[in-house]
Amino acid sequence: MSNLIQVESPLHHAQLDQLIGQSQSGGIIFHEAALFGHLNLRGNADDDAFLTGVQEVLDVALPTTACSSAKSESAQIMWLAPDEWLIVVASGSEYDVEEKLRATLKGHFAVSDISGAQTLIELSGMNVIDLMKKSTGYDLHLDSFPIGKVVGTTFAKAGAHILRLSEDKFQLVIRRSFSDYVWLWIQQSSKEYGLSIV
Amino acid sequence: MLHIYCPYCEEMREEEEFNPAGQAHIERPLQPEELSDEQWARYLFFRKNPRGLHHEMWVHAHGCRKYFNITRNTVTYQIMETYKMGLQPNITASKEG
Repeated sequence: MSNLIQVESPLHHAQLDQLIGQSQSGGIIFHEAALFGHLNLRGNADDDAFLTGVQEVLDVALPTTACSSAKSESAQIMWLAPDEWLIVVASGSEYDVEEKLRATLKGHFAVSDISGAQTLIELSGMNVIDLMKKSTGYDLHLDSFPIGKVVGTTFAKAGAHILRLSEDKFQLVIRRSFSDYVWLWIQQSSKEYGLSIV
Repeated sequence: MLHIYCPYCEEMREEEEFNPAGQAHIERPLQPEELSDEQWARYLFFRKNPRGLHHEMWVHAHGCRKYFNITRNTVTYQIMETYKMGLQPNITASKEG
């Protein structure tokens, strides 16, 4: 038996790497940001020591405003709840970041590595708003959904956290168990616009 | 579809994101071992089912996953207010008259 563990993304079976570049002209551009490190952080946002500790480790202040996000060179932080955040770091660095958080933070907090539980997909392209309108009930107008906002809502009835990266680019955090369903949904609902994998 | 204000996400969201979670403001007895079976059963199983104003817990299942309270009219489905856990309602049957 080999000791080498081959890490596979939840969409491994879709063989996305073989679909890259097959269609260049799609109105929807799909990309799986596979195998990032996902850390779930819980703690008290009213505790200054907790906030400064996190800032020390991640080089960016924890977003404490509802539905906001923050980004540093090494980490992307999404607000999930008043006492809960998702930290996305480069693949392989999640253990170091977790250890640093544990060493720095004191008192009542929790850090969990949930990298295997979910995956990130990015949707962009000139018809991306049309696809999103089919998939989620949330108001996508820039006034209600500005760039950098993160919304916990449903995507085709599956739970998802949607982060707006730019006017026509969205990042979705989806459960690994829903990833095949979401992939099928995106293929089906982007048929009329064309789908390009990058 | 109901449009529900989540006091934690601080905005209106679709009903699809929420789940109802039963009657609000039920306090667990501090000394359960001192209760009679009837009192304990009342705490566990007996719930109000009013016609009109009702205080309920809901959970923002697909959003922040927090429980909060809703004051809702069970006849018209009108939601009068939503408020965070641990707070008391501003609108009650006695105040409404």
